[in-house]
Amino acid sequence: MSTSQTPVLEVRNLSIALPPGSDRATAVQEVSFSVNRGEIVCLVGESGSGKSVIAQGMMGLLPKVLPVLGGTILLEGEDITTASAARLRELRATRMSMIFQEPMTALNPVMSCGDQIDEVLREHTRLSPEERRRKVLDVVREVLLPDPERIVASYPHQLSGGQRQRIMIAMALVLEPVLLIADEPTTALDVTTQAQILRLVQELQARHGTGVLFITHDFGVVAEIAHRVAVLRLGGLVELGDKHEVLKRPQHDYTKMLIGSVPTLEPRQTTPDASAPLVLETRGLDKTYRDRAWFGKRREVHAASEVTLQVRRGQTLGIVGESGSGKSTVARCVVRLIDPSAGEIRLGGEDIATLSARHLRPLRKRVQIVFQDPYRSLNPRRTVGEAIIEGPVNYGLSRDAALARARQLMELVRMDPGALDRYPHQFSGGQRQRLCIARALAVEPELLIADEAVSALDVSVQAQVLALLEEIRERLNLAMLFITHDLRVASQVCDHVAVMSSGKVVEYGEANEVFLRPKHEYTKALFAAAPGKDFVFGGG
Amino acid sequence: MPAPDTAKYEALSVESAAAVRQQSAWQRVKRNLSVRLGGTALAVLLLVALAAPFLGTVDPTLFDAASRDLLPGKSGEITTLEGETVKHTFLMGSDSFGRDIYSRVVYGTRVSLFVGVSTALLALAFGILLGLASGYLRWLDGPLMRVMDGVMAIPAILIAIALVAMWRGSLLTVVVAIAIPEIPRVTRLVRSLVLTIREEPYVEAAISLGTPTLKIMFGHILPNTIAPLLVQGTFICAAGILTEAILSFLGVGLPPDIPTWGNVMAEGRAQFNEYPHNIFFPGIFLAVTVLSVNILGDGLRDTLDPKMAKRV
Amino acid sequence: MYAFLARRLLSTIPVLLVVAVLVFMMLRLTPGDPAAILAGDAANTEQIARIRTNLGLDRPILVQFGIWFGNLLQGDLGESFYYKTKVAALIGQRLEPTLSLATMTILIAVLVAVPLGVLAAWRFGGWFDRTLMGFSVLGFSIPVFVLAYILIWIVSLKLGWLPVQGYKRIADGVGPWLTHLALPSVTLSIIYIALIARVTRASVLETLGEDYIRTARAKGLPESSVLVRHALTNAAVPIATIIGIGIALLIGGVVVTESVYAIPGLGRLTVDAVLARDFPTIQGVILLFSFAYVAVNLLVDLSYVFFDPRIRY
Repeated sequence: MSTSQTPVLEVRNLSIALPPGSDRATAVQEVSFSVNRGEIVCLVGESGSGKSVIAQGMMGLLPKVLPVLGGTILLEGEDITTASAARLRELRATRMSMIFQEPMTALNPVMSCGDQIDEVLREHTRLSPEERRRKVLDVVREVLLPDPERIVASYPHQLSGGQRQRIMIAMALVLEPVLLIADEPTTALDVTTQAQILRLVQELQARHGTGVLFITHDFGVVAEIAHRVAVLRLGGLVELGDKHEVLKRPQHDYTKMLIGSVPTLEPRQTTPDASAPLVLETRGLDKTYRDRAWFGKRREVHAASEVTLQVRRGQTLGIVGESGSGKSTVARCVVRLIDPSAGEIRLGGEDIATLSARHLRPLRKRVQIVFQDPYRSLNPRRTVGEAIIEGPVNYGLSRDAALARARQLMELVRMDPGALDRYPHQFSGGQRQRLCIARALAVEPELLIADEAVSALDVSVQAQVLALLEEIRERLNLAMLFITHDLRVASQVCDHVAVMSSGKVVEYGEANEVFLRPKHEYTKALFAAAPGKDFVFGGG
Repeated sequence: MPAPDTAKYEALSVESAAAVRQQSAWQRVKRNLSVRLGGTALAVLLLVALAAPFLGTVDPTLFDAASRDLLPGKSGEITTLEGETVKHTFLMGSDSFGRDIYSRVVYGTRVSLFVGVSTALLALAFGILLGLASGYLRWLDGPLMRVMDGVMAIPAILIAIALVAMWRGSLLTVVVAIAIPEIPRVTRLVRSLVLTIREEPYVEAAISLGTPTLKIMFGHILPNTIAPLLVQGTFICAAGILTEAILSFLGVGLPPDIPTWGNVMAEGRAQFNEYPHNIFFPGIFLAVTVLSVNILGDGLRDTLDPKMAKRV
Repeated sequence: MYAFLARRLLSTIPVLLVVAVLVFMMLRLTPGDPAAILAGDAANTEQIARIRTNLGLDRPILVQFGIWFGNLLQGDLGESFYYKTKVAALIGQRLEPTLSLATMTILIAVLVAVPLGVLAAWRFGGWFDRTLMGFSVLGFSIPVFVLAYILIWIVSLKLGWLPVQGYKRIADGVGPWLTHLALPSVTLSIIYIALIARVTRASVLETLGEDYIRTARAKGLPESSVLVRHALTNAAVPIATIIGIGIALLIGGVVVTESVYAIPGLGRLTVDAVLARDFPTIQGVILLFSFAYVAVNLLVDLSYVFFDPRIRY
């Protein structure tokens, strides 16, 4: 029996151990918080904070290597840390449910979506097949999926990412649990899809009065949907409170640092110099993929079409778009990692679009690229020193001269020059990205391309790397092409912005103009979907 | 928006808090139980092979009609090359010619280890070349893979048997005949590794830094294939030892004057009912050797390339 | 789906062609004069010349291939030097024992290995898992014929339960057919079981690590449902694949097993043909086995249509 005042979820002094050999003893240490009826509590933290461990711990889904050391978890007053496995199974999906991050892998690929929802009903209720079918169709309608009959018969691979996440939500909420745990459910989705899913969660939660524990690393999302916020760091809870309090008037140093690292959606106010020399110009850049299957239709995919852009020295052009927009295709064409189907790519006046490999080589040093995944961007079997000097040595520099340059670059990216003889696995993700930047700068390029270079980093590390890129751009008067899907990051670093959708540039202009006065429908929709766009972080 | 003061906050950032401690691959390998077990057993066998003349053996081709079909442990006589008749204890018995099984088994270790290692090296060498070519030369890839599929469609033993039958049995032909059917699997492995590694960002970075293709192949791609190839190599070695024994057993392998475990067993077939020691002793050695190689391979795979567990 | 089926069917053609060419080339690749090799060491030049004309070895090689391939398509595999009968007829006589042995072996192996592998994966790290892995390495490492002799020694010679060697046709009674087939198929199946159990275990383990298993548990499903409805249905494809690929190993084993157990099947025929340097027979048998391998793997691939809806739609 729970009164309206008993919290749906109450966690008291929870500690969960890590296996021996890890870099700390506990994943989670003495954490206490609660979730009330009808309330959304966001659990925020960077990687290694323990937030996912807590989420799985609530459901009793932790593997044996992560045992609960102490504390209690009360679900509607019932202690589930001491519950039997059978009781836990009873509670799952009926009183508490969970949705996960990757909807594609979280659904069984060989079972129809309808069957997967039906499974919940078959396991926990005694409804007849007709009643179950009706309930399944009802819940599919409730998550706003069109044509429920067809969806129910479909398999996960036939649906889009957003649709799959709706199926997951349907599975989780079909038996109207009192607690929903959402473990980064929108991180893998596009901005616009994310906005829809967030809105759906809010609506359903308000309608059913569900308590929601929402795990995320994105402060924009927190600003958008949270009622209360809990900040985790290295397994400990550092701050807990009402959203407006925590996000505008943070108390703990760590929280202050995090909030300070979140980029704003306010674009920079500077006016870029229109007379600076052109470093990069593309005209009518086109990349088309043709599917030459023997059977089935021949498909043509226009990954990029009619892309015309300019980047001047000392300035940053941002290309913003969702997945499939073609922004990465453009970047890879400019670096000639893929060959364009048509159009010109002029670097400092020379068209490199159709040059043969032999003629291209001397020009390659003019444009360099930093990639998204710091863990795959460095050859694990080579020292970082070897990685950095590879470029200069290719272009004729002696090893000694190259190493000297490498040491200078290490200082430029704020890393210890003595670390050149270490291997990549000895560095963290953010440090590896700095090394990749140093490697790119080693051949003294005129244009630096950052292809989602900060997307895989924690928000605090992201802020550091962005600041570093700014500093480098000013010092070396570099031109930069910044590819990103994150509007906040784009607004922070870009002078000009190009918005891409389905391979075309739909809007292009100074950052000021595009952000504050967007003209194209898609751009407007994109900005409208940015979570927490009306929120001002910090500032009391 | 001004950048946060990095110096002050560096200490607070989660990333700097965790020192990345990772054992190097080599250390992991050395500590693995399977590697130690298999490796030790193989080292012992290698010693046996090398020290064969000093382990109480006689020349394995020597025989004496008076000492035929002796049971293990019995003593009898052996006629040496010089014509002397010497007393000798037949630890593992003697065969129908009066030859000492023990000596033949011990010397047989040499042949088996040699065949195993050579087969592996040969198959790896050709497989790497073909796999690299296939991965890098688009026009070659299609036809070459069809040919590899064709070779893999013919059971390996049959290829080996047919080739040895045509070329006459000798150490060289047996090694080549056994290696040939193993080449396609190595080629496929190298090819798929080339294709996946080429997609890695660090290879793309090397391309954009102006590194020539050959340098990429040998500097970036090959070093990252060593681990799976090493694992594959051990399994080829095991298969090679087994196949040679089978070929010799069937009578289509090495000529009978070379003492191999398969030959010893082939000669002892007819009298298995009364004199099983002809089959059992070499059989045990064979099983132990192949087992050691397989265990070593398992250990290497678990530490170096766990993804391979599902690949055949 | 139809695109997949058509593509898969068509892709067997180049492979079969390559096999035919390889088999054809095997004889012609020998150093020295093929006719002399065929004639043997004791032949004189007249006999060699006659053989050369008979086999058409004096015609250009493409013509030779054309004739040979043409005959092949009509089912004419040539005539055996040794047995002086049509190779096709020879194969026909020996087909039943081999087919019986192979079928029995596959049945035993799959029925035993798959459940063992699944159980080992389910109780990963436990005593059963480790024992099974230990036995599977052993099964892989002991050569088939050594194993055969050990089994013969124990079961036939010492215990007298089963006959030592030989084969009885089904037509002569199912009972004797079974008793003669029991030991050989058990011997041969051990290697196959070792292989399939390992891969089954690895596949199920990998499947159990997937995200949708976590989802299934989060829905409150009992472990048995999780295992059967979610893990096994997804592991079916790799398991089926390994059964297909393992056929090559099986065929190799058949050759040896028939030799040890004196079963008058295609394996024995191969060995005898090789010892007698009877090339048409060798070619015919190799062709047959290869085609069988391709056919089985084709069936396996086609079965994916049932297991994986991603192929169906």
